[in-house]
Amino acid sequence: MATPSTTTDPVIEVKDLWKVFGPRADAVPRSPELATLGRRELMERRGNTVAVGDLSFQVAPGEVFVVMGLSGSGKSTLVRCLTRLVEPTAGAIEFEGENLLTVGEKRLRHLRRHKFAMVFQHFGLLPHRRVVDNVSYGLEVRGTPRAERHRRAMEVIELVGLSGFEHGYPAELSGGMQQRVGLARALAGEPDVLFFDEPFSALDPLIRREMQNEVARLHRELGKTMVFVTHDLSEALRLGDRILIMRDGRTAQVGTPDELVGAPADDYVRDFVQDVSRADVLTLRWVMRPVRPGDEPDGPRLAPDVVVRDAVRLVLAAAGRPVQVVADGEVLGVVGEEEILALVGGAVGGTVGGYAGAAGIHRGEPAG
Amino acid sequence: MTAAVIAARIRAAARPGRGVLAVAVLAVWALLAVVLAGHDTLALDPFDLAWLHRRLNEVNDAVGNARAGDSTVIHLLDAVRAAVDALVRTMQALIARPAGGRPVPVLGWLGVVALATYAAGALGNLRVAALTAAGLLFIGMQGLWTAAMDTLALTLSAVLLALLVGLPIGVAAGVSDRVLRVLTPILDVAQTMPTFVYLAPLTLVFLIGPASAAITTLIYAAPPVVRLTAHGIRSVPVTSVEASRSLGATRWQQLRGVQLPMSRHTIVLGVSQTIMAALSMATITALIDAPGLGKLVLASLEIQDVGAAFNQGLAIVVLAVVLDRVATAAAARTERPGRPSPRRARLRLAGLAGGAVLAVWLVQLSRTYLWAARFPTTTTVGGHDVSWTLGGAVADGAGGTVAWLSNHAAWATGALKDTVSAVLVDPLQALLAGSPWWVTLVALVALAALAAGPRAAMVALVCLGLLLGTGLWADAMTTLASTVVATAAVMVVGVGLGVWLGRSGTADQLVRPLLDAGQTMPAFVYLVPFVALFQPGRFTAIVAAAVYAVPVTVKIIADGIRGVPSETVEAARSYGSDSWQIITKVQLPMARAAVTLALNQGLIYVLSMVVVGGLVGAGALGYDVVAGFSQGFLYGKGLAAGAAIVLLGVLLDRVTQIAAGRAAARGAPRLSSPSGLDARLRPALNSRPRPAGPPRRPVPTGSTRR
Repeated sequence: MATPSTTTDPVIEVKDLWKVFGPRADAVPRSPELATLGRRELMERRGNTVAVGDLSFQVAPGEVFVVMGLSGSGKSTLVRCLTRLVEPTAGAIEFEGENLLTVGEKRLRHLRRHKFAMVFQHFGLLPHRRVVDNVSYGLEVRGTPRAERHRRAMEVIELVGLSGFEHGYPAELSGGMQQRVGLARALAGEPDVLFFDEPFSALDPLIRREMQNEVARLHRELGKTMVFVTHDLSEALRLGDRILIMRDGRTAQVGTPDELVGAPADDYVRDFVQDVSRADVLTLRWVMRPVRPGDEPDGPRLAPDVVVRDAVRLVLAAAGRPVQVVADGEVLGVVGEEEILALVGGAVGGTVGGYAGAAGIHRGEPAG
Repeated sequence: MTAAVIAARIRAAARPGRGVLAVAVLAVWALLAVVLAGHDTLALDPFDLAWLHRRLNEVNDAVGNARAGDSTVIHLLDAVRAAVDALVRTMQALIARPAGGRPVPVLGWLGVVALATYAAGALGNLRVAALTAAGLLFIGMQGLWTAAMDTLALTLSAVLLALLVGLPIGVAAGVSDRVLRVLTPILDVAQTMPTFVYLAPLTLVFLIGPASAAITTLIYAAPPVVRLTAHGIRSVPVTSVEASRSLGATRWQQLRGVQLPMSRHTIVLGVSQTIMAALSMATITALIDAPGLGKLVLASLEIQDVGAAFNQGLAIVVLAVVLDRVATAAAARTERPGRPSPRRARLRLAGLAGGAVLAVWLVQLSRTYLWAARFPTTTTVGGHDVSWTLGGAVADGAGGTVAWLSNHAAWATGALKDTVSAVLVDPLQALLAGSPWWVTLVALVALAALAAGPRAAMVALVCLGLLLGTGLWADAMTTLASTVVATAAVMVVGVGLGVWLGRSGTADQLVRPLLDAGQTMPAFVYLVPFVALFQPGRFTAIVAAAVYAVPVTVKIIADGIRGVPSETVEAARSYGSDSWQIITKVQLPMARAAVTLALNQGLIYVLSMVVVGGLVGAGALGYDVVAGFSQGFLYGKGLAAGAAIVLLGVLLDRVTQIAAGRAAARGAPRLSSPSGLDARLRPALNSRPRPAGPPRRPVPTGSTRR
């Protein structure tokens, strides 16, 4: 998985973004008092709802950035703000250095036609058009000639595994296949950024898993930047390089999966992640302890980014000699049976112990 | 590959071909029309009779003779006529005509205004009460009090009868599937049939006059209350009915305790629709000599006194607006959940009691003093006579405007009229009525087949064959030409306005009240301004019919556009579609079923204006019907013309319904059930009144999203 690097410029940079619904919405972000009011009080006092409140984050090129939250947390509004399907109330969205909120209608349409593409929860397909015409819709509105857009459509139809269905109508396809059409439509225009608005929540669990794998595969193969909205934590952890957890329109926490699980910022995030199988998400960095005198120094060596699950067998097999966690030739700490069992057994509540838990909110460079 | 996919491919391959074929049919038709112009057109002179017409005349005579004899059936029907007649006369005596040996009705104008205002306040709210008082006073000041009360008496009699008949039938249809199955086609026909058509056969049995008028109005006005009552009862959630059943309720207890209370709002809505339909029809029955405003408008139109016609038409509009608002407010009352606070309830009770006392006092005044009984024209104030009448001023104003228009704008209206006639109406009429009948018949059947498939072609063949049988082929084709042109105009306006309204919440809120008002207007009224603008004639009838049909068309299309899932529109927007692309590539194609349905309703509405058009010189079938009422020897021809209009209606209705069904089957969201029940309910349900409180439809801002 690609991890954002601090050296490249972000594709999308969101600064102090607000979306407020209701009367005289623009007054809310401007007033320091109103801006900090809770949802209910604001509704009672002014009839406003903050869907997105003072959000700031960056999305790096090639990253899968997941926005995650419960119903009503504002995540769908946020993703629509990013392409101005919903007009933000205040703030800035910079796309490749250009502030989207100040561009004109024409430029915006150009960006939508060439740079962005979106996949929708209920697919948003055109029922009166065949699959191939649905897939080539984006090319059609930008004026690509018919023959060429069909050629391109057939390519992406093949890519998403829909070959043979190109002349069918959406209603003739299953839900999963319909969303493949949605995916193909998004890919057809070769956009820079793909936006997903809960794309799989209308699908049944098995198909959902299959489609998640599909997205992971496409990301591996095409390396597109993706902003992915979901309410499903396991989906977020499975796909996300980084995850933004939203609560009532505001940031609860931004971080990598292991940061969210290992060091939840507050009780809300902790509740959220408590049922996650920690061994599947946390890396050795989160469970290692400092070297103590008396530790056997010749244990097996592993990098700090190895997921605990993958290390279990080795640690248990090492029989008393703790595994050494090594980066750049330096021993960061060790992991013994005790640490592994504590994690797998679920004895560790809340925050993970060990010094990395407290210090490791920012994961370092990928090791190895 | 599935069979469905293959089928889709075949359909896709076949689609462009249909358009080409249709053009080919039209080309051949046009060619033959030119070559064979005037041959075999089956044209019939206005005073010529075909075989069928003479037979119908004989039937008429036979019925007349039987009336003098002692046929039981005729006597039975005569008893019905006498009973209805008595009811209407009682109503008239109550509010309109001198009664009880006095020179004035039982209730004078002050009494009527007081009672009507009180009823409006009690059933609706204070605002509609004020509107009622103002509206009635205005009509009085127009100098049309007696005529308006005649219309009202006729309307109320018909409504009374319609509810007496319609409510039980509606309940039966709501409870029993079998009753509904039997009833649906009957209601379809009753509502599809152009209003004038049942006038003629009814006069055969019930003679010309108020009784026939009331019965005709009853037939036209009952279907809405039947349909909506049945619909309301059927819409009660199954769980509620099951819950009451599980507690051991009898059928009757279920009905009284659960189904009727829960469908009360829909039923009241049906009643209000029935009232409006009755008013509309009651004015039209002027054609069979029913008293009231309609008769005055008719007389004014005949002598082309547009000023007077405008004044009288305005009174009909005022009456319609008052009835509609009161009915709407009454329906809104039934929608309000829960009870008002005890304090408000007490206040209301006190208000009602006070109002009742006041109303009774005013009624008493109206029975005591002449000034309160007969609407005054002048009052003496400080020694001067102050005129109360507005009617003359309104008529003069309208007449003056018309005179001004015919002097100054005649070139514009005339140019429009001539252009449309030369470019659209004349060629189409030449094609339909000028070609040999067999060419037209084959061409129409072929077009029906191409547009809507073999089933539609069969329907077309049968209807056209029967049309031949009526002996009025040429007149029917002429009427068809006008109908097609008017409907085309309706669709252009309907799609334009409908898309606008469907896309913009603000536009919808602005325009919809106008459409609502337009729909409550009796058909008659539409003629008046257009006669003024375009002079009597075919073109005037076309324009009036088109305007009459626009509101329903716009509403259906707007609802169709709005029914396109917002996510799909958003998806199209997210790919950079501009507004035009969204309309043409997404919204209109996805609302195709609604557009076809709108076409269907537009045709029906236009066709129902054909006879009204006959009043202003549109000729053809409309004229035949009108002449049939006035000239004894044309009676049979009028009947046949009525039947021909019905046949045209059935033809156009069925073919467009079948086409709509096909449109719906091809992926677009379904809007109408095949029976057309939902389609016809839709306009009714659309005009669901807005109660106070939250706006009926939130302006789409995206705030409704999760």
